[in-house]
Amino acid sequence: MTARLVFENLKHKPMRSLLSFLLIGVPVTLILTLVGLANGMLQDSQNRARGVGADLVVRGSTATGVVNTGPPAVSEGYVKFLTTEVPHVTQATGVVNHLVDFPVVMTGIDQEQFDRMSGGFEYVAGHQLRGPDDMLVDRLYAAQKKLQVGQTFSLMNHNWHVVGIIEGGKLARIVVQAKTLQYLDSIQGKVSQIWVKLDNPANDDAVVKDIESRTDLKVNTMEEFTDMFSVNNIHGVTEFIDVIMGIGVVIGFVTVCLSMYMSVLQRTREIGILKALGASKAFILRIILAEAVVLAAGGTAIGILMSYGAWWLIRTFVPASLPMIIMYSWWPIAGAVTLVGALLGALYPGLSAARHDAIEALAYE
Amino acid sequence: MNNGFIIETHHLRKTYRVGEVDVPALRGVDLSAKPGDFLAIVGPSGSGKSTLFYIIGGLTPPTSGQVQVAGRDLASLTDAGRTRLRSRTVGFVFQKFNLLPNLTARDNIAVARHIGGGGSAPNPQFEEVLRLLGIDQRLDHKPNALSGGEQQRIAIARAIVNHPAILLADEPTGNLDTENSRAVLEILRDLNQRLGQTILMITHNPEAAAFAHHTIHMRDGRIIETT
Repeated sequence: MTARLVFENLKHKPMRSLLSFLLIGVPVTLILTLVGLANGMLQDSQNRARGVGADLVVRGSTATGVVNTGPPAVSEGYVKFLTTEVPHVTQATGVVNHLVDFPVVMTGIDQEQFDRMSGGFEYVAGHQLRGPDDMLVDRLYAAQKKLQVGQTFSLMNHNWHVVGIIEGGKLARIVVQAKTLQYLDSIQGKVSQIWVKLDNPANDDAVVKDIESRTDLKVNTMEEFTDMFSVNNIHGVTEFIDVIMGIGVVIGFVTVCLSMYMSVLQRTREIGILKALGASKAFILRIILAEAVVLAAGGTAIGILMSYGAWWLIRTFVPASLPMIIMYSWWPIAGAVTLVGALLGALYPGLSAARHDAIEALAYE
Repeated sequence: MNNGFIIETHHLRKTYRVGEVDVPALRGVDLSAKPGDFLAIVGPSGSGKSTLFYIIGGLTPPTSGQVQVAGRDLASLTDAGRTRLRSRTVGFVFQKFNLLPNLTARDNIAVARHIGGGGSAPNPQFEEVLRLLGIDQRLDHKPNALSGGEQQRIAIARAIVNHPAILLADEPTGNLDTENSRAVLEILRDLNQRLGQTILMITHNPEAAAFAHHTIHMRDGRIIETT
């Protein structure tokens, strides 16, 4: 019977119910979009790192997390050192990273070395880097910036010639000659990191120890490096998500509180009728809380649908900058956040309704 | 108290506090009714009829005095106790029908049965009552699709669905035309005669009061005459 009362009440004021669902859905969408973006961007970076085909990554001694926004700090001379002096190393190639438009990074490479290690890029159109100002862009970045082969593209106050469009999933979205990037950034002789391939991946721990004992470089196996691409390892992301979840609880609380308060006011007489029929305070409170649960559930469902809308918009307009994934595992978390907000919001109107004086409520017009 | 009475009040007083002023609504009411009685309460506005009705129905406690309904001392009952009394022992019929507008007639009756602890299974005996009330074909309509007479008959069905010891009717014909008023009053008389339902009815209408066994006249918070 409680379900019938709740359902009929929501049906009786469809616009109020719909607006409540939409408003409650907003924080759900915010949470799911934010988490989807954070995880999507990290997963994308992880995939591109794996696509290099290396077994180790060598970085400057100050490298701590996975995101390194500082200037290149590794001497390029280590590339030769690693290939000639360190046992089991078969290939090494240094790359230069330059953050152009967060989170898009332009990466400078020695294409011959890189192709040898990774097997080369897969070209959708055009060809590999030849001239100093040549640029390769991946399919998503080309779509986002509407770039075509043969076009000149200005970035970092420099005109680049787009000579190839490549499939994504390998190293970077924008690839240029390392020498050119080093020149433009005035960092000749320095690279951001060195990718290293071994004769046998099983030797990786031994090689890591060997390199670290002989240099001041920071070395990670590819498994260690890709494991760092986690939300928990990126400073500030978890805190940001916590803030958004807090906002979600507050929005859920305020929306449901307002909606239910209005609803209780509008239904004062009906509450009086129920009390005259012998409905207990617990019964009245149960109806209000049950309505809040339905609003939270409906709001969560609409929020999930709207997160698919956000996902579609992002994929359509900024697929390269914001690679978002749908995080199914976060649906129950977003739902729980909404439910907590809704129940808190329904508590005051519910208690207020339960405390209504039956005679006054019956006289309410 | 009791002596076979289903309703019994002694020196019943009720004073409302309006701002800083005490407003006496009942000034010592002595009333008794036996099971199966059909009593009409008449009197001008402000005479205390509704307050008496609300106290007997357990909607508000008295300020002083004694009141027993179906063997229970209402003056000593808690709010929860009065709530239980309303759900099982007393049924209300109001002038404005007071049906829940979102629910169908069937669900309006079902809510009362649910609150009274009745099951959801159809009750053949009650189905017969619905036929007698002439509303068995109108149960799937919401109140806004029912005439005033039909709404009041649904309200009567709702009031008696839990077989209450007492039916309290507050001007049940106040919002009805002559034809529907007569129909509702005949239903009340029928319930009283066939089922032995004890009924207290507030009315302004002498013709309606004539349907009752006795008429209690009230003025200024007191019973001035019983005929």
